[in-house]
Amino acid sequence: MGIVLINGREVEVGDKERLNGIQAAERAGVEIPHYCWHAGLTVVASCRMCLVESGTRNAETGAISMMPKLVPACQTPAKDGTVFVTDSENVRKARAMVEEDLLIDHPIDCPICDKAGECRLQDYHFEHGQNERRADIRPFTSRRRDMGDTVTLFVDRCVMCTRCVRFTREISGTSELMVINRGSHEEIDVLAGFPLDNKLSGNVVDLCPVGALGDKDFLYRQRVWFLKQHNGVCTGCSTGCSITVEENQDHVWRLKPRENPHVNKWWMCDDGRYGYHHVHSPERQVGLRKRENGVHANIEWATLPAELQASLVAAGRLAAVISPHLTVEEAYLLAKYIRGIDSSAVLSIGPVPVVGQDETFKNGFTIRAEKAPNRRGVEAIIKHFGGHLNFNDFLGELDKSEIRAAWLTAGYPSAWHDAALAERFADLDVLIVQDLFDSPLWDLATYQVPGGSFAERDGSYVNHGDRLQPAKWAVRPPTGAWVEGPLYWRLLQLPGMFNSRKVLDEVAAEIPYFAVAGDEVPDTGVDLKLNQLAAAPTT
Amino acid sequence: MLQFEPVLLANINKPDSHTRAVYESAGGYGALRKVLAEMQPPALIELVKNSNLRGRGGAGFPTGLKWTFLPKDHPGPIYMCINADESEPGTFNNRILMEEDPHQVIEGIILSCYATKAKTAYLYVRYEYPLCLERLQRAIDECYAAGYLGKNILGSEFSLDIFLHRGAAAYICGEETGLIESLEGKRAWPRIKPPFPAVEGVFHKPTVVNNIETVACVTHIVNRGVEWFKSIGVPADPNNPRDPGSYGPKLYCLSGHVNKPGCYEAPLGITCRQLIDEYGGGVWKGRKGKAAIPGGISMGLLTEKEFDTPLDFSGPGRVGCLGLGTAAVVVLDETVSMVDFLHNSCRFFQHESCGQCTPCREGTRWSLEMLERIKAGKGRLRDLDLLLEIGDSIGIIPGTTICGLADGAAWPIKNAIRKFRGEFEDYIKRTNPQGYAVTHAVKALPVLASH
Repeated sequence: MGIVLINGREVEVGDKERLNGIQAAERAGVEIPHYCWHAGLTVVASCRMCLVESGTRNAETGAISMMPKLVPACQTPAKDGTVFVTDSENVRKARAMVEEDLLIDHPIDCPICDKAGECRLQDYHFEHGQNERRADIRPFTSRRRDMGDTVTLFVDRCVMCTRCVRFTREISGTSELMVINRGSHEEIDVLAGFPLDNKLSGNVVDLCPVGALGDKDFLYRQRVWFLKQHNGVCTGCSTGCSITVEENQDHVWRLKPRENPHVNKWWMCDDGRYGYHHVHSPERQVGLRKRENGVHANIEWATLPAELQASLVAAGRLAAVISPHLTVEEAYLLAKYIRGIDSSAVLSIGPVPVVGQDETFKNGFTIRAEKAPNRRGVEAIIKHFGGHLNFNDFLGELDKSEIRAAWLTAGYPSAWHDAALAERFADLDVLIVQDLFDSPLWDLATYQVPGGSFAERDGSYVNHGDRLQPAKWAVRPPTGAWVEGPLYWRLLQLPGMFNSRKVLDEVAAEIPYFAVAGDEVPDTGVDLKLNQLAAAPTT
Repeated sequence: MLQFEPVLLANINKPDSHTRAVYESAGGYGALRKVLAEMQPPALIELVKNSNLRGRGGAGFPTGLKWTFLPKDHPGPIYMCINADESEPGTFNNRILMEEDPHQVIEGIILSCYATKAKTAYLYVRYEYPLCLERLQRAIDECYAAGYLGKNILGSEFSLDIFLHRGAAAYICGEETGLIESLEGKRAWPRIKPPFPAVEGVFHKPTVVNNIETVACVTHIVNRGVEWFKSIGVPADPNNPRDPGSYGPKLYCLSGHVNKPGCYEAPLGITCRQLIDEYGGGVWKGRKGKAAIPGGISMGLLTEKEFDTPLDFSGPGRVGCLGLGTAAVVVLDETVSMVDFLHNSCRFFQHESCGQCTPCREGTRWSLEMLERIKAGKGRLRDLDLLLEIGDSIGIIPGTTICGLADGAAWPIKNAIRKFRGEFEDYIKRTNPQGYAVTHAVKALPVLASH
């Protein structure tokens, strides 16, 4: 254990920790402003915003010797005895000059800049900038340069932190971005004919500390100060990136990666980032309907529990297909509900889409071919209840015609079956389809139950690496739709409102695989393998 | 003229001085033979350390000490980079050596590589020196033919290859780590240190970067000994532990408003006035000197009253300049406008800033814009204080940038305004007597044109 001195305050750093001045200061609650440094990228120390005074404390005498010059905190290791002074006159002066320098060429177009409200230049100016503008004010052009399908560059706003360039070199490994020209003529650009075109491209917008790089998907659609952030999990593939779902008035406007060292570091892929539009698709089904005499007619949600109970009891042998898009809690509640009606009901996981191969980038970030967020979680639930872990096995069971009623859950963002598969369910007495969109199965359903999307769910997902991560609902479902969790809660006649934590507690208590989730689950999730390791016999 | 026997320029006036035959006829490669026969690498390093040879590239760092920074018993490879990217305005001493006596340079490189156990040397020559490139390549070829380069040089176990590398035509390519980046095929953005090149340089291997003139001096230290070398120049100041003295011969480039501009070899410590009067034949056209750049534009300015400053590694620093730099003395006569001088200086550094660090990238441009405005008759007296402040923020406060270019940009501003403030004030008062505001009109919100 080492001691680092931040403005006279002692901060402990572990022997194996490799912190720089910015990180050590953060631990002491001191923010050192910075533009170019990012924990996930190499250090270039070029913005010079994090200049501080540094020195060393003699372990024996306690005497402190300071270096004569300012040093960038991002590049200075915080070791035992390192001293940082972040609030001296020299430091303040250097920061103020950097801010003033950056604003010379930066258009003061905050009213129209997409980044206003979350711009570091804006924030730091108020905290560290000069009181007056001393450089001559010149007309700005706000030139805009197309970088690719997803990202646009406002050239004048760029502060040349080169985070985006380093990202394409170090993380995506695609190297589309570069710095052209020299000195104050420098600009970010792509080689003609080779635009920013990789599946991690959206991350450069997140990385940009100012409003230079704009996300075309989000540009001019919302002011960021209207947005509320909700911790979520990307449901685009089995990586299960930690994200924030950013919404305003029940409309999701963008998804952003959330730092999670165990899963996605700071990144997410474009498939996931832009994969939220189905949440607000006009094609979403929002009416609860029952088919009678070959015609679907709306029914009230209030009558559904009794209707389902009667229909399913009457049908005899039941089956439930639990989608890998459902949360652990939802899967558990549905399985419990179905088994409550028919203790020998067949349970199966729904189809698990697999598209192509895993796609791994230079730094190891992987987009999984398995396009479902919770196969492992659902499988564990089904295994607990003694069901099928393979949808094809279930179909074989279905074909034996002993099953008379089935509940199919979906939640897939796009088509997940065809008419031929739907035909195999045609002979059932009762078919409950809970989905987002119209489909052959939906048309065939006895009960058409509009369900919730990922942004509306509350619960947890288990990713490919057995990491259970909690997700909070961000928006309410469209009028007429019910999210699965609250519906199952109601069907089970549980008291009060749906509470995913209570369900998880029950799951953790009942199913050893989830035992570790019985304790507090941090936002970055828990590794369910830890529990397995603990339970493994010792040799 | 000072009593002094030139060694670095001893051959240059001979016909075909750039050929191996001429160089050998004057005893060339004798130092190499002597070292290979008599000295182990540590002994050669010790010799250079004892000589107190300081780097001639501009910083004046002790060469032998620099060599000792290489990791001990490193399995290699260790690289030697010879910095021949001579870009400081007014500086052409390396060029003279490379064009007129390339074998002297190459012998110095071989000796330096032997001392540092480098088996590969990269000779990084600036793009604008085509004759240097041609003659160096011919000299290298001659050395391979004669067994001075290649495997088992002169039958010893020492092998060395020298590769000529044409630079990328930028001032920053001459910065130690910018050169390394450029050599590796990348944009010449200086590297952050640590790691220092001696630990991790070219291709992540230990590397020494030395200047052309520095390695040329090594040859003569071997030939003539430490005592000879230390008999020339200015001894160390016993009262100042940070002054290790300025020993040995030095090439001074004299240009500007003098009668006989040129590259002259003189002992370190010669005064600026001696150089101008005794070597340069005095200020041209019978005019008086007004100022002189002591060692490249980045070192600042000497006023005429400061012409008696000794041009050693410490002298210019005592009168408010950055240092000796490349010892390129540019003389400005009494007719020169300091506003024009500073404008040109700022223009140069704005153009050459690599753009990596914010204070340099934006500060050099800001100062240039102010100078342009002042020149255009729209200056304000307070601009002078602001210029000084910009100079402080980009370079005078140490550590504000990764490399020294910003320092170089700052010192002319500081020196010109502090030493000639009256002239700047007169100019501003004369050209903008009303002192009216000059802030440009702010346009309406910018048009977001897409292309």
